[in-house]
Amino acid sequence: MTIVFWILAALTVAGGLAAVTLRNTVHCALAVTAAFAGLALLFLQLDAQFAGFAQILVYIGAVAILVVFAILLTRGSETAEHGVFSRTWLAGLCIAAAVFAVLGWAVLRSVNAIPQQAAAPVVSVKDIGNALMSRYVLPLEIVALLLTAALVGAVMVAMHEKGEAK
Amino acid sequence: MQEALQFTPQVVASSIAKILWLIPAVPMVAAGVIALMKQPRRKAAAGLAIGSLAFSLLVALAAFGHVLAGWMGGHAVRETVNFTWLQFGSSNVDLGWVLDPLSAVMMVMVTFVGLLIFIYSTGYMAHDENFTRFFCFLSLFAGAMLGVVIANSLLLLFMCWELVGLTSYLLIGFWYQKPSAAAAAKKAFLTTRVGDIFFLLGIVWLFAQTGTLLFYNKGAGSMEPLALGGLLAAPAALGLSAATAIALLIFAGAAGKSGQLPLHVWLPDAMEGPTPVSALIHAATMVAAGVYLVARVYPLMQAGMPMGGTTTALTVVTWVGASTAVFAALIAVAQNDIKRILAYSTVSQLGYMMAGLGLGGVAVGMFHLITHAFFKALLFMGAGSVIHGCHEEQDIRHMGGLWKKMPVTFATYAAGMMALAGLIPFAGFWSKDAILESAQGWKSSQGPFFLLIFGALLTAFYMTRQVSYVFFGAYRGHGDAHESPRVMTTPLWILALFAATLGLLGTPAWPWFRSFLTDRPASFELAGFSEPGILALMLTSTGVVVIGLIFGWWLYGNKSPQAKEPDVLAKAMPPVWRALRDRLYVDEIYGATVIAFYAWFARVADWLDRRVWGGLVAGVTGLFGLWARFNRFLDTYWVDGAFDKGCEELSAGGGLVARIQSGRVQTYLRLLALAVVVLAAILIWSSRA
Amino acid sequence: MTPLAGYLLVAALVFAIGLAGALTRRNAILVLIGIELMLNAANLNLIAFWRYGPHPEALTGVMFAVFSIAVAAAEAAVGLGLVISIYRHARTTDLDKMNRMKG
Repeated sequence: MTIVFWILAALTVAGGLAAVTLRNTVHCALAVTAAFAGLALLFLQLDAQFAGFAQILVYIGAVAILVVFAILLTRGSETAEHGVFSRTWLAGLCIAAAVFAVLGWAVLRSVNAIPQQAAAPVVSVKDIGNALMSRYVLPLEIVALLLTAALVGAVMVAMHEKGEAK
Repeated sequence: MQEALQFTPQVVASSIAKILWLIPAVPMVAAGVIALMKQPRRKAAAGLAIGSLAFSLLVALAAFGHVLAGWMGGHAVRETVNFTWLQFGSSNVDLGWVLDPLSAVMMVMVTFVGLLIFIYSTGYMAHDENFTRFFCFLSLFAGAMLGVVIANSLLLLFMCWELVGLTSYLLIGFWYQKPSAAAAAKKAFLTTRVGDIFFLLGIVWLFAQTGTLLFYNKGAGSMEPLALGGLLAAPAALGLSAATAIALLIFAGAAGKSGQLPLHVWLPDAMEGPTPVSALIHAATMVAAGVYLVARVYPLMQAGMPMGGTTTALTVVTWVGASTAVFAALIAVAQNDIKRILAYSTVSQLGYMMAGLGLGGVAVGMFHLITHAFFKALLFMGAGSVIHGCHEEQDIRHMGGLWKKMPVTFATYAAGMMALAGLIPFAGFWSKDAILESAQGWKSSQGPFFLLIFGALLTAFYMTRQVSYVFFGAYRGHGDAHESPRVMTTPLWILALFAATLGLLGTPAWPWFRSFLTDRPASFELAGFSEPGILALMLTSTGVVVIGLIFGWWLYGNKSPQAKEPDVLAKAMPPVWRALRDRLYVDEIYGATVIAFYAWFARVADWLDRRVWGGLVAGVTGLFGLWARFNRFLDTYWVDGAFDKGCEELSAGGGLVARIQSGRVQTYLRLLALAVVVLAAILIWSSRA
Repeated sequence: MTPLAGYLLVAALVFAIGLAGALTRRNAILVLIGIELMLNAANLNLIAFWRYGPHPEALTGVMFAVFSIAVAAAEAAVGLGLVISIYRHARTTDLDKMNRMKG
């Protein structure tokens, strides 16, 4: 467990924590961007370069921007009058804690059964391309369809109706 | 003199005996039919009643003829038809009827006199609006009385006895709108009830002791030697045997019905009923039922009699009869109502009959009963004719001189009066003389003899007084007196004939009646008159009667005092007169003792009923009310409350559970996460091994 | 603790944090942010298993993660579009106020 791992882990976790606890919604969006970045670096550390760059491109480059746009469009930057947390936040926290407990327990109990592969795999983009076009061509096409549908759907959902008063 | 009864052993019942039940049944059925008729159908009702009784008369005559033939042939008839009515375990209750000389003569008398009175009633009650009801009751009475006569079972006799009492009540209270009539009917019923209770006790005891209530049953009946022997042997209280005790109890019933002292109080009041009722029921037949009962159970009364002596039961009967005879005769002297005089006369003569039974046996008593029936019915019907002719006047002080205006009535009434007083050769003389003869020969005491002689004197006296007031002197009434119609006078003639001649059946020269009843041959022998003491007695009794007649005529004949003047005797001995006029205070004694006690007791019972039992009931009701209220409280607060609370809690619970569906996304998300946690935990846990 | 366990725990932590945010924040957009965090944590899991598991040459883990990223992007787009649409209707993004989805 190298020191890099710890730093990156700390960054990600801190970013996530900040994202869910800060008052200002824009600050939350920025914090989550930091968390995305931390995760991308963790991917890179795991020798999944393509996944890391894809993470940076898509998440930080698109999803985070999208979130900011949404915040701006819904006046989410204004401070909420009743507080940012739900009235029954404790129940949610407990449930999340329970989930973490269960996952942690599962991990710690069973990780010894998995054989360790120390050598880092060498993966080139060419290999990924080949895999996409041969073994994963169907999922590729379906994702393409999905993206198209999502695009159209999002536009449909968010667009003004003709003559609808704002 | 009492003779032992000798009868041939019971033979198979003849055809007449088998249809004997028709004699009471037909009038009773007629009564039932008349009861269903409407009031305006008078001719039909009267016709039905008279027709049914005429039919009974014919059958009775046929039966009498059969018995007479048997007697003349030398074997007396006693035929019975018995059948079992109830059966409990091993003992039976039997009913049946008997045809013997006693029932034969009684049957003929009752149907004949009854028929005459029925015919008379069509005239007397012609103006009454309840004509049909009258004949219904009369017919029912006739049926019941005939039932008493032919009964061979003490139970059947008792049932018909009660029925007779009922019809007497109905007929005395016939004009029930009159309070005095209703009260008289009640008094009659209650007084005879007192006697009937003792009677019933006697019946029950007899049944318990002998196991049968039949009189004659081929040797097993209660009046037959076997049963009587058992009764004599069984002891009762006070040194008496069961036979004596039962006999006295039965006599108590007879005393009530026949108006003996002290249960005579109802008979004078019973004159509230219409005159035909008084004639039929309270002169000739119902009151005679008591005498008939004693005659029927005579073997029991006579059981254990030593030779030439008498039994306790018969002694009691004799003394009661003799005292009643004199007591009633004394009261009759001071009465002013024509029917009341005759009523007290009836009580007195009933006393004679009872004394005759006690002193001389069945034949002596029954002979007087038969003759009395005829002349008393005659007298009552004559009185009815007088009342009718004087426009419903009943006080003798408002009559007078009617011998000119109502000659037929006068002639027949005179015949009846002579018969009652006992003047030779009228019927009453012979029957009364037979009683006096037995009294003279009674070994126990001569007391009854003197009492009866004194009674004869009084009888002649008060009858003369009555006849003088009613028929002689000047007319003191209102309106014009007139003779009665033929439908009323014809029966009077017939009865007068009998009153004059019937006595000849029982003279010492030809004692047919006695022989008939006691199964002896009878022949006409003038030598009968020369038996020791007979002529002397005849002279004595005639002398006494003549003295009474002369005394009465001397005081009252042709004098016609006004009503407001006090009576001659009243002036002579005022306190005695007052006591006699007030009926010797017997009613007042009853009122002060029995009735006062009863009224007090009724008040106590009423208090008990209202306060104690009513209080208990109210208390229980109150408790129930409390309990109900408590239950309601429980129900409202506990049960309902619990139920409501449960429902509320359920609603609240439902409300709580409904909060899961808050509509908020985060709630659903949380539930999902929770479910995943649980599922994961289960999976991990189950894969531990 | 093996490296794999470390990565998995980090992923679990990030997942729990994202879940906490999704369950407790009022603003709908922040819920979506939480969901993105959860998806990312899942991606980290996948990559960690690809790296330390058998047969990394099959590229299964990487492919899965890439497709997950693509789908997550599409979902974010549609989700945010929905939030905007709801905001236009209800004038608020407060989830506590949006309770019409019951019954």
